[in-house]
Amino acid sequence: MSTDIEKAHPEHGELTPDSPVPDPGVEEHVPRFTDVDQAAADRAYRQIVGMLALVPVLVIGFLVVYFAVPRDAELMVFGANLKMQNTLLGLTAGLAALLIGVSAIQWARVLMSDEEIVGERHGAASPPEARERVLADLETGIEGSSIRRRRLIGSGMAGALGLMVLPAVVSLADLGPWPTPAVRAETIEKTIWAEGVHLVNDVTYRRLKADEIEVGQLVNAEPETLQDLEGTAYQQAKAKAAIIIVRMDPNSIRIPESRQDWQVNGILCYSKICTHVGCPISLWEQQTHHLLCPCHQSTFDLGNSGVVVFGPAARSLPQLPITTDADGYLVARSDFTVPVGPSFFERDSSKDFVEGDR
Amino acid sequence: MTSPASAPRPRQSLRRHRAARPVLLALSLFLVGAVYAAVAPATTSSADGAADAQLIAQGKDLFAVNCASCHGLNAEGLAQQGAPALTNVGAAAVDFQVRTGRMPMGNPYAQAVGKQNTFTDDEINALATYVGSLGSGPKVPGEDQYNPDGLSAEDVARGGDLFRTNCSACHNFKGAGGALPNGFVAPSIEKTDPAQIWEAMRTGPGQMPVFAAGAIPDEDVKAVIAYVQQVNATPSAGLTLGGIGPVAEGFWAWVVGIGSLVLAAVWIATRGARA
Amino acid sequence: MAKPAQINPSSPAMEVRTPPQEESPSKLAAPAKWVDDRIGLAKLLGNIRKIFPDHWSFLLGEIALYSFVILLITGIFLTIWFKPSMTEVEYAGTYQLMRGVPMSEAFASTLSLSFDIRGGLLVRQIHHWAAMLFVAAMTAHMLRVFFTGAFRKPRELNWLIGVGLLSIGLIEGFAGYSLPDDLLSGTGLRFVDGLVRSIPLIGTWAEFFVFGGEFPGDLIIPRLYMVHILLVPGLLLGLISAHMALLVYHKHTQWPGPGRTQRNIQGYPFFPIYVAKAGGFFFIVFAVTILMGAFMQINPVWIFGPYNPAQVTAGSQPDWYMGFVEGAIRIIPNWEWHLWGTTWSWNIFLPGVGLMGLLFTSLALYPFIEAWITGDTSEHHLLDRPRNAPVRTGLGVAGMAAYGMFWLSGGNDILATQFHVSLNAVTYFMRAAVFVVPVLAFIVTKRICLSLQRADRDRVLHGSESGVIVRSPDGGYSEAHQPLSQGEAYTLTRHPQPAALVPNGKKVGRLRQRLSHWYAAGQVPKPTAAEIAEAAHHAAVEDGHDAPALEGGDSGDTP
Repeated sequence: MSTDIEKAHPEHGELTPDSPVPDPGVEEHVPRFTDVDQAAADRAYRQIVGMLALVPVLVIGFLVVYFAVPRDAELMVFGANLKMQNTLLGLTAGLAALLIGVSAIQWARVLMSDEEIVGERHGAASPPEARERVLADLETGIEGSSIRRRRLIGSGMAGALGLMVLPAVVSLADLGPWPTPAVRAETIEKTIWAEGVHLVNDVTYRRLKADEIEVGQLVNAEPETLQDLEGTAYQQAKAKAAIIIVRMDPNSIRIPESRQDWQVNGILCYSKICTHVGCPISLWEQQTHHLLCPCHQSTFDLGNSGVVVFGPAARSLPQLPITTDADGYLVARSDFTVPVGPSFFERDSSKDFVEGDR
Repeated sequence: MTSPASAPRPRQSLRRHRAARPVLLALSLFLVGAVYAAVAPATTSSADGAADAQLIAQGKDLFAVNCASCHGLNAEGLAQQGAPALTNVGAAAVDFQVRTGRMPMGNPYAQAVGKQNTFTDDEINALATYVGSLGSGPKVPGEDQYNPDGLSAEDVARGGDLFRTNCSACHNFKGAGGALPNGFVAPSIEKTDPAQIWEAMRTGPGQMPVFAAGAIPDEDVKAVIAYVQQVNATPSAGLTLGGIGPVAEGFWAWVVGIGSLVLAAVWIATRGARA
Repeated sequence: MAKPAQINPSSPAMEVRTPPQEESPSKLAAPAKWVDDRIGLAKLLGNIRKIFPDHWSFLLGEIALYSFVILLITGIFLTIWFKPSMTEVEYAGTYQLMRGVPMSEAFASTLSLSFDIRGGLLVRQIHHWAAMLFVAAMTAHMLRVFFTGAFRKPRELNWLIGVGLLSIGLIEGFAGYSLPDDLLSGTGLRFVDGLVRSIPLIGTWAEFFVFGGEFPGDLIIPRLYMVHILLVPGLLLGLISAHMALLVYHKHTQWPGPGRTQRNIQGYPFFPIYVAKAGGFFFIVFAVTILMGAFMQINPVWIFGPYNPAQVTAGSQPDWYMGFVEGAIRIIPNWEWHLWGTTWSWNIFLPGVGLMGLLFTSLALYPFIEAWITGDTSEHHLLDRPRNAPVRTGLGVAGMAAYGMFWLSGGNDILATQFHVSLNAVTYFMRAAVFVVPVLAFIVTKRICLSLQRADRDRVLHGSESGVIVRSPDGGYSEAHQPLSQGEAYTLTRHPQPAALVPNGKKVGRLRQRLSHWYAAGQVPKPTAAEIAEAAHHAAVEDGHDAPALEGGDSGDTP
């Protein structure tokens, strides 16, 4: 880069420092104690050898611990209950490595010659002759390749190489299924909830009776049909279908008209999947009716159709319409009315509940 | 838990029966009068009832002195104090709140936190019995409801699964506690008494939701308690650094790791003493 | 490895034909000749007495290098047992508290490594601590290079390689963090799923391609395993080799000092001093990671439990180096556009993709921006003391402050519980702090730098404070000052001070001119030779004896 600017720095390296004080030159070498005092040097020598001599002891210690200490042995140190094998294996191996390191450095510090030396530095650039020679070689090569006369070879080669990127890229198109509208409708826009699916307690698959749910109660629940799935399908279904059921005093909450029949005596059911980045949320404060996501602290008001009251989430938590079956057990009335979980580009977010909806 | 025969103590067996509560209430009211009026021949049950009546009276006195200023003389609650009615919270809630030192609380607008409890077991028992006698709500649990001894490894592991599903969102993966909105916290439950874990789940103290038997029966509560106890008794692979996860780990990586290595680097690069 | 060829063709090891006339001085001559005859060892090795300057801050990069070596060694051990599979199994191993719990094979094999393989837990912990140290040491090393101006010409390309190393180091760490498939790593992956999804226009496609369909699918862990043990380590190895080759080619920078110039390098020879020191330091780094693995528990996945998309835990945080992204995601206001049936979710995209992009782009561009502002095209091998580049130092500290604020935001729940403040208050505070604190940090740092410049100037002119209080005949008290040695005075004054660009004939853009004024403004001029002489004279007159502030004398040339 060269401009017609008066620079604060000379162009090629700083030859003369603009120092008001002359350079006194390299400091005089001062010998160490170990250089002048044979006894000190011998002491240092013994120390270093002594450290190295401890290493075999520690290695044997490691082997003894490896074979003799049972895996479940415990070790109490300073009130902490530790896994003995882990602690002792690490202690012996760690100390051995430490001694090797310390002795090598001590050797360099006190016994090796510590005369500082000065070397010359050259600019990073090659000498001008070398540059010219390479340029000339390039020129000769290009001439010899006849590319200047047969130009089509050059552009043909460049075009061919460029096109070869296409197969490479296109063959990655099977990285995953394509999220076409039809695929989305069957995957990220749908859960396994459906009319009549029982709400069951997560882990135990216990069906839930509406009149056994108390005011202030929280149930982490799943669709009963989740039981039928396995492996990947199970995880994918669970990642969207997880719900929380809460019961609040109907007089202390706001239930919009359109959702009056989505609940059973103040028992409301929401998606457990945060609308921000999809953490499962179940941190519910029964007095304020607020639900907090422990990942990024988005807070939803379950007493007000799940609207966002704090944090980075932008959309209300989807509510699952529920009712009871003939025996009083909670069942879903349909799937969620909007896709659950974090936003995606093709998501139509006009149907989510917003404050003021009826 | 509904079988009187399985209970070790007769007093508890009576209180534990579903039908017992209204009966007990009527009986005790009757007996309060009866005992004062005349010396009646004491049957087993009437002696119990008499003891209960005495307890309730004692509890009422204690309540008037220690609780009524916020919760009202008849436990009806005082809205302006932010104190809820206690008529239907149940004896278990009182036992939990008083035994852990949460009640009586200093500042009624802050979160009730555990502190040194200043009541004797008898006093707590009396208070709980009194409040329990006012209405519905869970009773103080018997040992068979919360004692996790004798569970199989699979049961405890299922307890772990339930713990991670229902509890860890607030109380963290091993019960070390966590943050709630607006300055509230979920406390550590690593060393909490099993009975109190049971009571907290059933009564939902403070902001904590209720986890009632309809979804999580006593067997599952026991499994959760067993898991919390055992996961905290498992030897760790070194100091646990507070058990709060990667934030503490990152902090210590810088302090201990980079800190000690920079010290080592300084040692390597400095010239030692010179002659 | 590019290297200035300085092989003396008449070196004994290169003699091909003539048998040694006399006993060779070195016992190594015969085996060395054998190897050299075949592979030209002497040419390969180049100068084994290559000089490296000694300073503790030059060892930060070594910590990163050694951590990487430790990661390779321990990582190989872990691959022997780890199964990168998301196939569901029912756990039946030794850890009783997971008995019968469904989990992926990845998680089950991590438990097996931790409980059944002797030493497996230790190696896992060493690997994880070393990973934390790897990124931490790279960061510390980068800060050292930044604040001392070591990124300037001719080292800009090596700076870029370093930025590349840091950024793919983060990917490597994150991939490794995800592999055990425990509750925290799965939560982290879910976060990545949300992040990828949030990209406008192509988000859903990217998500389906990365995860092989819907989250979580059964491909992400095998794919991350490939990334973690093959793709990224390969890239890291290549970039580290290039980084070191350029280091050797440029020779290390050095601090200013007596006898040190832009044209020389002063220090100790690679062989034997640095072979011992660097080799020893490797073992010390290894020892520290082993001892940390022995005494400090890290990532106890058996407590977190296997990943379950319906579970979450308080304290869900990534490892420290992703904390700034996490923090930004926590404090961003809930901005989202809902337009014509589409969703533009800025509340993830901006703090996630945007912030990381901003960080690494500004890091990569900084050397070029600074050179453009100062118009400096010369080579620099002597380091700047941070105070002598106040704007750069201020910018660096401001950047650290911004990073730090984002980082703290990533632990806002921990801050709230540890310091008993409201979580919401912490969040609101941080929303302002990420903008305000860096500005304050810049102003304060620049002031401190200028004060230090003033202190340097005072020391050169008046000597350093001796701590001896003298009472003068007329009753006044003053502190006696100790004159500086010439070496120290030289060290404090040899730096060129940034100066504003002066348009000379051709045009300099207004922006550039303004920036260059801003960059150079407020500097305390370093003393001139005349001022030093004047001060020395003054001191001599005042003290009543002629002790010049500097011992003059002819400057010793470098030997």
